[in-house]
Amino acid sequence: MVEIFGIPSQALFGQLLLGLINGSFYALLSLGLAVIFGMLNIINFSHGAQYMMGAFVAYFLLQYFGLNYWVALLVAPIVVGCFGIAIERLFLQWLYKLDHLYGLLLTFGVALIVEGLFRNQFGSSGQPYQMPDQLVGGQNLGFMFLPNYRAWVIALSLGVCLTTWFIIERTKLGSYLRAATENPTLVRAFGINVPRMITLTYGFGVGLAGLAGVMAAPIYNVSPQMGAELIIVVFAVVVIGGMGSIMGAIVTGFGLGVVEGLTKVFFPEASNTVIFIIMAIVLLIRPAGLFGRRG
Amino acid sequence: MLDARTPLLAVKDLQAWYGESHILHGVNFDVHQGEVVTLLGRNGAGKTTTLKSIMGIVAQRTGSVRYEGVELINRASNEIARAGIAICPEERGIFASLTVEENLLLPPEVKPGGLSLERIFELFPNLKERLGSSQGTKLSGGEQQMLAIGRILRTGARLLLLDEPTEGLAPVIIQQIGKTIRTLKQQGFTILLVEQNFRFASTVADRYYVMEHGRVVEGFMNSELDANLEKLHEYLGV
Repeated sequence: MVEIFGIPSQALFGQLLLGLINGSFYALLSLGLAVIFGMLNIINFSHGAQYMMGAFVAYFLLQYFGLNYWVALLVAPIVVGCFGIAIERLFLQWLYKLDHLYGLLLTFGVALIVEGLFRNQFGSSGQPYQMPDQLVGGQNLGFMFLPNYRAWVIALSLGVCLTTWFIIERTKLGSYLRAATENPTLVRAFGINVPRMITLTYGFGVGLAGLAGVMAAPIYNVSPQMGAELIIVVFAVVVIGGMGSIMGAIVTGFGLGVVEGLTKVFFPEASNTVIFIIMAIVLLIRPAGLFGRRG
Repeated sequence: MLDARTPLLAVKDLQAWYGESHILHGVNFDVHQGEVVTLLGRNGAGKTTTLKSIMGIVAQRTGSVRYEGVELINRASNEIARAGIAICPEERGIFASLTVEENLLLPPEVKPGGLSLERIFELFPNLKERLGSSQGTKLSGGEQQMLAIGRILRTGARLLLLDEPTEGLAPVIIQQIGKTIRTLKQQGFTILLVEQNFRFASTVADRYYVMEHGRVVEGFMNSELDANLEKLHEYLGV
């Protein structure tokens, strides 16, 4: 068996792959958080609950309507995004002028309520969600076995992240978003309906969480606390990348997934804490985050 | 349509507040189609707040602002912009996260008949050279001012609110901006200008209103400027 740094290559690549999978979810979720924070100045603590809702919507669609994974991939983000829009219109829109803390507390409360309701209904043990038939099986790459579904998750996450980046940084719509992040009053005085744009941005960011939830459903179980477990790490990722930086969220998301995977190979004891150690170091050296623009 | 005597912009008993502080105490004035009208006054007299209240940027406002006969006092600023009014703010409002080109193309077209990019570059040749520049805020102060004026000419808005466009700029740039304002007037734009520098204003304005303590206290034609010079010095404290 081939060894790299004294580690069997199968184990090394296996953990790298796991790291990329986790990184795919970190990236999608922290991207949504970054988009929301940039535009709304809200630290969306219900992001994990919204991710969980995405997975549950996929589960309901299959259980009650017989609608498969591919339909869920499209419908669940829209359903969860609409839930986000309702939250924004009902509550968040009154908080923009206040300290970040209010938005954080409100979204934290929403997360507790949503997760509580789901736990009450479905218990805390997970529901299995079947992998789509088209993606069962895998490829033997010679140096490792690559399950099709995992390859799909990585590719889809990368695709969605880069498309989002492209829209925000390179299109006309994106220039409205960036400008409104800097000076919403002036952008509005140019004739753009900024409040509507803010609402849709929140819907989009929340929709990304819902999408991540659907993608996660066949890998992890669909369970009420799946988001709560993940979101803590995702917040560490966001802190490391720098709040509000789009590319920062994507690169840090994938990068930290890989770092976590590698830690599992070389120093398994630290694999659960490595991201928080990095966060502490980044906070000491660059408090605005690796890609942060704010000082 | 408006008949010739109806003002393009009619401001009546305009009052405005920032939180608790009452800034405008009933501002009255008119601007006619094709005029350049200048608001003069000391710092804190309410000139900028008047522009912002017309534009709908100040949330708490009462009274009446009619543009082309349509009441705008209760409209949101994005709707006011769509009516055909555009603002060039005092701080210029160039976006750091946008390129020069994105800054120039940012304001959406609100009416047909805006200037083409070629004509904007005729007015501001420097802008064309700086189009590739990565960040709007890396331009010089003068170039930023030209960008801030240039971008609202594209939109088809016919009433331009310019807030101290000469502030902090070199004399040669001020001359260029003066020339631009005269050209825009020839092309049929109506301009409401806020200025501290009435020497500059006298090279472009048709009429003046003097503001003090949140009210318009005086109005006169450019031809009456000399006769009012002494009073003006008193109002402006220069």
